[in-house]
Amino acid sequence: MTTVLRIRRDLVDAIVAHARRDHPDEACGVIAGPDDGSDRPERFIPMVNAARSPTFYEFDSGDLLKLYREMDANDETPVVIYHSHTATEAYPSRTDIKLAQEPFAHYVLVSTRDADEHEFRSYRIVDGVVTEEPVEVVESYMFANTGSDDLPDA
Amino acid sequence: MAVTVSIPTILRTHTGGEKSVEASGKTVLELIDDIEAKHGGLKARLVKDEKLHRFVNVYVNDEDVRFSGGLEAEVKDGDTVTILPAVAGGAR
Ligand SMILES: [Zn+2]
Repeated sequence: MTTVLRIRRDLVDAIVAHARRDHPDEACGVIAGPDDGSDRPERFIPMVNAARSPTFYEFDSGDLLKLYREMDANDETPVVIYHSHTATEAYPSRTDIKLAQEPFAHYVLVSTRDADEHEFRSYRIVDGVVTEEPVEVVESYMFANTGSDDLPDA
Repeated sequence: MAVTVSIPTILRTHTGGEKSVEASGKTVLELIDDIEAKHGGLKARLVKDEKLHRFVNVYVNDEDVRFSGGLEAEVKDGDTVTILPAVAGGAR
């Protein structure tokens, strides 16, 4: 299993903008990607926090069904599942750990507790065990299979 | 005839990796018992204190059974039942 989240900058920006917009309530959503083992987040899908709460998030049950049917039809998987913490650090809470039920997803947490600087961190949560992983922000996925020596300087 | 039950990734260890299984029964609970008889372990992940677990969603066709009788919700041959874990969490 990959232990790094490789993600395009525009998707990071979209997650942070969503988190800022919904602050002080928690924001949540998914970035879907092809279900082919590439582990590549591509389609940004902001979700409504049905709990509309500063301390809890939950996808609306009807929206959840629609989302999974859509991903199924597109051969997609939830590569990233994100949510924000609006008064605490970007680390999974006990509730986050207990309720995490997508063992192949990157669980991204954004903290908006500071008005100027956000934290953006990523974790695997499997069977109650949290493993933080590095986040590699890229401009595009075009050079995914290229050795680092071949990358252009820019 | 039977009911097709769609199984989420995290529970496929209980169905030999299958994304969906056929089951028979007149209610959601009977379906779960039928699957449990073939593939042990699923029921404990879905049912707690004889109720559907709070953070597991079960749909008969498009309807969340939480609003239509829970485990007693009726199913008919040809229906599609979808099981999806809630996507939820909190700051505490
Ligand atoms: Zn949380």
